[in-house]
Amino acid sequence: MNAVREARLTWFPTTRGLALGGILLGGFAFWLTLPPVNARAPWLPILVGLLAVAAGIWAVTRGVRRAGLGAVAAGIIGIGMGLLATRASEGNLAGVVVWSALLSSTLVWATPLTYAAIGGMLAERSGVVNIGLEGMMLSGAFFGLMGADKLGSWPLGLLCATVAGGGFALVHAFMSIHLRADQIVSGTAINFFALGATGYLYIQIYGANGTPGNIPRIPDVKLDFLGKVFGHLNLMIWLSFVLLILAHVTLFKTPIGLRIRAVGEHPRAADTVGISVYATRYAAVVISGMLAALGGAYLSIGFLGSFSENMTAGRGFIALAAVIFGNWRPFGAFAAALLFGASTALHFRLQIPWESESVLFQALPYVLTLIAVAGVIGRSIPPAAVGRPYVKQ
Amino acid sequence: MEDGPETRAPLEEAPEGYAPSVAQQFAFYQRAGGILTPVLTAVFAFFIGGVVVLATGHNPWRTYKAIFEGAGLNWFFHFGNYAIDVPFTNHHVWFWWDTNTNHTAAYNLAQTLLTTTPLILTGLAVAFAFRCGLFNIGGQGQYIVGAIVAVYVGSRFTELAHVPHLLLGIMLAASAGALWGAIAGVLKATVGAHEVITTIMLNWIAYWGGSYLFARGGPLQSHVAKTPISDDVVNRAKLPVIWGTQALQGLHAGIFIALGALVVFYLIFNRTTLGYEVRAVGFNPEAARYGGISVGRNFVIAMAISGLFAGLAGALDILGWQYRLGVGDVQVSNIGFIGIAVALLGRNTALGIGFAALLFGGLLTGTSTRSLDPNIFPPELAGNLALMIQALVLLFVGADLLVLYVWQARRKLRFPRAGRAAKASA
Repeated sequence: MNAVREARLTWFPTTRGLALGGILLGGFAFWLTLPPVNARAPWLPILVGLLAVAAGIWAVTRGVRRAGLGAVAAGIIGIGMGLLATRASEGNLAGVVVWSALLSSTLVWATPLTYAAIGGMLAERSGVVNIGLEGMMLSGAFFGLMGADKLGSWPLGLLCATVAGGGFALVHAFMSIHLRADQIVSGTAINFFALGATGYLYIQIYGANGTPGNIPRIPDVKLDFLGKVFGHLNLMIWLSFVLLILAHVTLFKTPIGLRIRAVGEHPRAADTVGISVYATRYAAVVISGMLAALGGAYLSIGFLGSFSENMTAGRGFIALAAVIFGNWRPFGAFAAALLFGASTALHFRLQIPWESESVLFQALPYVLTLIAVAGVIGRSIPPAAVGRPYVKQ
Repeated sequence: MEDGPETRAPLEEAPEGYAPSVAQQFAFYQRAGGILTPVLTAVFAFFIGGVVVLATGHNPWRTYKAIFEGAGLNWFFHFGNYAIDVPFTNHHVWFWWDTNTNHTAAYNLAQTLLTTTPLILTGLAVAFAFRCGLFNIGGQGQYIVGAIVAVYVGSRFTELAHVPHLLLGIMLAASAGALWGAIAGVLKATVGAHEVITTIMLNWIAYWGGSYLFARGGPLQSHVAKTPISDDVVNRAKLPVIWGTQALQGLHAGIFIALGALVVFYLIFNRTTLGYEVRAVGFNPEAARYGGISVGRNFVIAMAISGLFAGLAGALDILGWQYRLGVGDVQVSNIGFIGIAVALLGRNTALGIGFAALLFGGLLTGTSTRSLDPNIFPPELAGNLALMIQALVLLFVGADLLVLYVWQARRKLRFPRAGRAAKASA
């Protein structure tokens, strides 16, 4: 495994650049067939896609496996999607592909995933699997809304969400760190408990009428000089960019990050040099719960302005998938969240002309992650000690 | 604490380098208190559920009584002079209990057993993999895949006769579940992908795949109805109803298949080489490998058999009482997930799973809109209460160690020496 890590350090920048170019070329093949270019000839996406595949194969033979295979996959997907697009009617395409709407919708759906994925990544980097992300998101969505409603302001709503998510995470941390219970069982229990508790309280408090319409919402940031898409983003979206950079810097450039990674890779060694394994893990897990809850709160009081039972509908698991797909790195997880967010956005845009087929885009994140863990596009390597309780000596 | 039985092997000795063996934990559960801890776990979970009910202004005692009666479990306490029909004849025999499903208690009990049937099988799906040291969280996906195949076979192939059609439906559905489970087994055996991750992904692929198939315009959506639902299973592919009537969702013969599966599960683990190998891999994969057992092969087989049980559960639900499958059914169902709680509460043993499935079957039926008296407790709240109780059971099963700490601390306080001896033997 160390060999793999070192191999990653010795790539040639040019080969890797070519492989990344191949991935972009694969996307370009698809883009050519969409408005405003609207190429109708099937050979065009095929040609560009084959170029991407060629670039990928060349990169793989030069030792850049992961990105190279990614380029091959992007080329093949680009050809397939491009061919599908050339067969669709131009009217339908024009209705579905409105770039500004797709982009802003992608950002909207990627944001809750980004929060939860960065949280999940933090917990896994410290050596604790957090399957309970889904439940923590859901509790954040409900308690964020309830706090904003009852206390009358959205910052207090966000506070309630973080307290609820952090509370659930604390239970998970206690179970998996001190009691050394199975982390999967404990996470599953938290998912069910959050589902039951939020549903119970929702019906008890709001009943059949649903949540009121005048809930204080997290405001949009008006920056008109940035254009149509970026000029009206929600505050939480901008904060997620900040969080992303913060997470990257903390994890890879500060002593705190080194401690978290050490505890997740080799807790015994970390313990020997005086790092408190338990304290580090507790902190990482509780913060992961808070971040997941913020993602959920964005859904309820940032974006929709309402709550419904089980409203996260598996987004916590997509976030978990993003952690794996992004190879346990903040920017990787963010890229995966964007990809998965785009897939959700496409699902909603495609619903009008193709109702049943559009559902398949909801399955895409899971299929891609399954392929990623199967090792087709390079192996995803988790932190060495993830999922293992640590016993002090 | 430093030399307790729960101490894990140091990191370097683990073969996969990911999660610790679930089976080690399981073996520890087995030694830790026998039947007492699961019973205490359940009681405690219901107690906390009662506190929630009390805190939100309802009467917990009356609520639980209503759920108990909604589950039809009061049926056992009403004796009298009744008769039952002997199958295939016109004779009646005297019976202790009233079996007429026009009466509420008997009807509710039939509904409880109807829910218990798939729960036994999804519980077995989790337990079988557990015995091999794998955590099969994918029972839900395997259940959905089985149900999809069952509804496909049941609503097509209409030229087949009754028995072959039924058998074909059940067998293909179970095989589909087995295949779905085996994907995770193969990935674990070949590239070492963690089964928890792969089965979660497979669950959601099945969920959205099912939503695609039955959505409006989807390949399996009904030709007749305009709603996102499949065609109906034809009469000749339905399982016979043994208690009650088909129109009123009576109990079907699938319960015998589920009980049979419990026996098969017991026999595999206690009487066959396969069961021995699976258990050996579960206890210690490295030792099993040295002993000449193919670890990878057993991973695949264990996941396939797990998937087979879950797929069978899907088939029995479709051919037994649901008869059709829609997007809503696929998205709302959580029978496969409850299987996790069933297996853990039942300690992965055949008998335990049977009782745990009955408990959760009763809880689900008793809290359903159909059975619970809405004047005593709102059923919408009760469904969520059932979820919370189920979560608490999982949480407390996971926290068995806590129970044991308290137990040992208590013993240590009273008899210092006995405490140490108990710890060494535990």
